[in-house]
Amino acid sequence: MKWFEKIGLGLFLIGLTIFTVIPFLGTYTLSEELVLANTKDIHKEKMAEILALMYGQEYGSNFSFLSSFGENFNTYNDNLKAQQLWDQVIWDDYGFALAKAAASSPVTENPWLWLGLSIGLAVLGGYLYNFRQYAEEPAGIKNNGTFHSKLKNRGWLGMITGGYLILFYILLYWFPAYLVNLVWMVEPISRMLSGGPASQWFLYGLVYTLAILVMGVRMFRKYRGNKYQQLRTASVMFFQTSFAFLIPEILVLLNQPYFDFKNIWPLDYDFFYDYQISTFLSGGGMGMFMLIWGILLIIVGVPVFTYFYGKRWYCSWVCGCGGLAETVGDPFRQLSDKSLKAWKYERWIIHSVLVLAVVMTVVTIANYFSGFSFLGNVTNQLHSFYGFAIGSAFAGVVGTGFYPFMGNRVWCRFGCPLAAYLGIVQRFKSRFRITTNGGQCISCGNCSTYCEMGIDVRAYAQKGQNIVRSSCVGCGVCSAVCPRGVLKLENGPEENRIIDLPIIIGNDSIKLNA
Amino acid sequence: MSTRHLVIIGNGISGITLARQVRKLDSETRITVISGESDYFFSRTALMYVFMGHMKFEHTQPYEPWFWEKNRIELKKAWVQKVEFGAKTMVFDSGEKLTYDSLVIATGSKPNKFGWQGQDLKGVQGLYSKQDLELLEENTHQGVKRAVIVGGGLIGIELAEMLAYKKIPVTFLVREKGFWDNVLPKEESDLVGRHIREHHIDLRLETELKEILPDSSGRVRSVLTSKGEEITCELVGLTAGVSPNVDFLRNSELNVNRGVKVDAFFQTNIPDVFAIGDCAEFENPPATDRRNIEQVWYTGRMHGETLAYNLCKQPVPYQPGIWFNSAKFLDIEYQTYGTVPSTWDEGEVKSFYWEHSSGKVCFRMLMNASGQILGVNNFGFRLRHEFFDQAIREIWTGEKVIAKLDKANFDPEFFASYYIEIQKAFKAQFGGNFQPAKKSFIQKLFGAKV
Repeated sequence: MKWFEKIGLGLFLIGLTIFTVIPFLGTYTLSEELVLANTKDIHKEKMAEILALMYGQEYGSNFSFLSSFGENFNTYNDNLKAQQLWDQVIWDDYGFALAKAAASSPVTENPWLWLGLSIGLAVLGGYLYNFRQYAEEPAGIKNNGTFHSKLKNRGWLGMITGGYLILFYILLYWFPAYLVNLVWMVEPISRMLSGGPASQWFLYGLVYTLAILVMGVRMFRKYRGNKYQQLRTASVMFFQTSFAFLIPEILVLLNQPYFDFKNIWPLDYDFFYDYQISTFLSGGGMGMFMLIWGILLIIVGVPVFTYFYGKRWYCSWVCGCGGLAETVGDPFRQLSDKSLKAWKYERWIIHSVLVLAVVMTVVTIANYFSGFSFLGNVTNQLHSFYGFAIGSAFAGVVGTGFYPFMGNRVWCRFGCPLAAYLGIVQRFKSRFRITTNGGQCISCGNCSTYCEMGIDVRAYAQKGQNIVRSSCVGCGVCSAVCPRGVLKLENGPEENRIIDLPIIIGNDSIKLNA
Repeated sequence: MSTRHLVIIGNGISGITLARQVRKLDSETRITVISGESDYFFSRTALMYVFMGHMKFEHTQPYEPWFWEKNRIELKKAWVQKVEFGAKTMVFDSGEKLTYDSLVIATGSKPNKFGWQGQDLKGVQGLYSKQDLELLEENTHQGVKRAVIVGGGLIGIELAEMLAYKKIPVTFLVREKGFWDNVLPKEESDLVGRHIREHHIDLRLETELKEILPDSSGRVRSVLTSKGEEITCELVGLTAGVSPNVDFLRNSELNVNRGVKVDAFFQTNIPDVFAIGDCAEFENPPATDRRNIEQVWYTGRMHGETLAYNLCKQPVPYQPGIWFNSAKFLDIEYQTYGTVPSTWDEGEVKSFYWEHSSGKVCFRMLMNASGQILGVNNFGFRLRHEFFDQAIREIWTGEKVIAKLDKANFDPEFFASYYIEIQKAFKAQFGGNFQPAKKSFIQKLFGAKV
């Protein structure tokens, strides 16, 4: 390791440690004013009363504050539930808002400093570590030691990384109130961008974008000499930074609805939810444009682009989940399961999620047009089930937390309903395929090993068969790691794209299907 | 068909291709594949990647374990000690016996050892089998401050790359004037030689191994070279080619020369006994540009395919098509199609050679006196097999090949369009009635620079 790599790694670890410690700093003090200021009109009075016991008390940690909050709040709700007074129960969760308001810590006082010490150091360290990687070596494939690594081969470092990510996602989705110090830390940036306060989602978006940018630099270094990988990486870095992160914030600053122009239903599963629709409809010309744009992407953009280029145009060039997988997740791509059994599970699970997303959306729309009289309750339950099981647990906790265990495309491969939709188009109506170079395959297995989608690429290549698979995201790494120049991602005529019984060229004695 | 018992000794690409194809053509035959080397078929060429941590050993296995049972291909892990051809029986090292109706010998190769003094010392080894790989892991586990590799071929450079991964300095002794120059023309050989040195490998051309010297414990201490130099080292890799692995068949009724002698139908001198792959030696070379022992992955596969057809359908002689091969020299990929020998008669053969200014990408095409293509070599970029298979089969003119070279390009999208440079260079040297290809708009915008 070069000296700046060591310093980089050190800074990254310091930054990460400080980031991890920040939620536990400071104290929490609640007052009636804060409660009144942070609750909905209909709850103001009640909440002020419920929490009265907490006023003026200084809590030494988020644990003690949130447990006291939970006690008071739940006592009230449980009482009502026991009496079956459902309409008086307060269903809103004010934990995050009140914890954020009550927090007082070095971080809330000096957010820029702490931002620099945590995320800033981690980003700087990550960049230092990455920016000169492999500088001494000629350009080429850099997978040396992947399976000897403690991180990349499910070693102890991988277990710790996975555990950390899983814990972070659980807190982010279900216990954000514990993270309010971190949210305070990014508050000034949020104020600058959108003019509004930061939420846990803003924190997440910022960290996510920076992670893609820093690890994107690693991709540039690792795939030096491979223009396809370089451009693809630059593309996901661009779309994440602008479309997913900056533009939606700036839209809010301009009093427009928050909208990610590249997010497509059914990945964007709440696109047709009633609150989204009403946001669009009340958003003037821009809102209407967003609604029409979103629908056009679904019914025109996906089939047309996928017909010409395969699903890679989205999954490995544009998508945010793909962007994270292809940068932060790249060190783990070899951990995907290539067995036939895994492929069977994959097809059942991903298409079930697609069916679920479609059914949920159809019910949602029917409910909307019937003036919320059709299956209103079912719609709500479907939404909360989908949001919990698919949107949060599957896409987030499993999707990213499992990088070090099952590879970087767990969500994309097994769960993403948009990937399923793109995949159906790619399999049945597309010009995209991976071509095999005649008889040159030596069955070495590099392609299959480094396929993040768990496609057994070699099984096709050694038969001289084109690879046409719904799951292929066109990352191009099979082609990059092939030592014999056998694989090429191509768009071409549909004729002879799928060959069921290929014959390998080179043997004039006989013609046998490989 | 009766349920004959086909026994295949060797689970490499030849033996396994044969077993698979026989099963496809005939669901009756009982098939047994014997190997002492490994439980399952694996890609021998990928062993280096296991050593370097690119893959685990199981990744080199192209079929999952259930595949064999599903296809009723019985696997037997054992070393065959001898074959009693009269009784159609073989004896394993455990003493156990197995009878066959048809026998196929597909035992591959073993590293050459030319009787060097000290060639059997500890720390001296070849690299061919899974066991060799395990031995190498043991031998390089610790305390290797320098390694010497003897023999400049494909396995030698793989071994050099593997040792470089472990940060072991390598001295690479090559007998010839240039790396692999009995196969590669001078320019290509030089190109690879430069790249070897770029990787800090100490390449010594025109240097032979004289003797390997031991230390007091019977381990290698140093080597003496033909130039009188003594190089201290803890590991010696013997990679001066391979020869058929057929010693256990010598001194039997089977006709064995360097390999098992076979005719064009892979038939040995004994009925119902065949040999394929690296260990087979043809009476006559299968084609004018071929040798009578073919030691390449692709030919092994073709032998297996052809014999399967012969055993299940009708006898057809082995007839290879247009020659092709590929390799990777550290970071530089190499492909070849058709016939490009290392030297040629200037009067009968015209050579077109183009090299990129980086010195790491090149293209050569040989043409006959009337300008028709004989073959190509390409380094550092990828060309399409089908294109050249057709061009050489149909004896296109060199001009036609070059004019259509954009169709032959197999590099990933956005890669530098070397074919345009090649077209320009060819036109400048040989003339020709064609326009070099133009870069597309996207290529101009995003493509890599040549």
